[in-house]
Amino acid sequence: MSVVFRRKKGMVINVNKIPIYILIMAAVTYVIRVLPLVLIRGEIKNRTVRSFLYYVPYVTLSVMTVPAIFEATRTPIAGAAALAAGIILALRGRSMFTVAVVCPLVVVAVEFVIFNLL
Amino acid sequence: MSKLKEYKSGIRDGIPIALGYFAVSFALGITAGKVGFNALQAALASLLCNASAGEYAAISLIAAGAGYAEVALMELVANARYLLMSCTLSQKFSPDTPFYHRLIVGFDLTDEIFAVCVARDGYLEPAYAYGAMTVALPGWSLGTALGVLVGDVLPAFAVSALGVALFGMFIAIIIPPAAKNRTIAWLVIISFILSCAAKYIPFISGIPSGIKTIILTVVISLAAALLRPIPDDADCE
Repeated sequence: MSVVFRRKKGMVINVNKIPIYILIMAAVTYVIRVLPLVLIRGEIKNRTVRSFLYYVPYVTLSVMTVPAIFEATRTPIAGAAALAAGIILALRGRSMFTVAVVCPLVVVAVEFVIFNLL
Repeated sequence: MSKLKEYKSGIRDGIPIALGYFAVSFALGITAGKVGFNALQAALASLLCNASAGEYAAISLIAAGAGYAEVALMELVANARYLLMSCTLSQKFSPDTPFYHRLIVGFDLTDEIFAVCVARDGYLEPAYAYGAMTVALPGWSLGTALGVLVGDVLPAFAVSALGVALFGMFIAIIIPPAAKNRTIAWLVIISFILSCAAKYIPFISGIPSGIKTIILTVVISLAAALLRPIPDDADCE
């Protein structure tokens, strides 16, 4: 997320290309989602391929969350607190909705303390 | 008659999904707006993709000035998990269900809709998935558009706070399985560490962040697949 904000100041992207980017995003996403449904009637047999696909979501989401969450907030401490709170809530089985709402609230609280009270 | 009932069940189960999507997509919209998307483009992107990680990754890459091929590759990697979900879901279709339903249900195969669909007893009635999509898709799309529109007028603390909503959703997806599976727990920890290393080690930190995400994902997942393959009898899920 920090990349987004920094680039915004330094360089301007070609907005005329955005519709093409959207079409590419949509096409690739749709093909990925629909291809196995259309092609694969049986079970994937290759163990390594299955294992790789099984682990991908956890790895890619982890890589995208840390350290980006530390830089999404005005102070890294707030991002770290949100991460900790999110992990604790998720471990206790709270829903995605709860976690997605509480993390921002933690940031508000921590930033309020740091910027207004300290 | 039973199809209408299934459709209504889908709507009912889709409402909490839509509410969660709305909060998260709002944050996504703020990011999209910063990059230069207008509200209509953001709504369209979300309507056509409905993929938090995929859209976020692609938009970050676009902001970094990436080309079409890079964005396509990122989209492929960020959404690779849907290949597996799609494979699992293919087993939930009755042989009697007309083929075209696969083309439509597959369009909105998100983590959450996948989760509620596979949780159904027996074969999946497509009408159920359509019910969930009916509320989830507009929630996601309108939230993104609103994020673009009001993102700029939000005070700094609110932008900062909403910026972590998306990460909250990611955390909610990765942590519960990590609590049950030791390999996934280690993978999450290793991914956190290597991602930080890639960010802060001087030489490597120069590589564009989207490319780093692709490389880290493929390397770590492949290593895990080779060292800790999932059991042969394990479900696709």
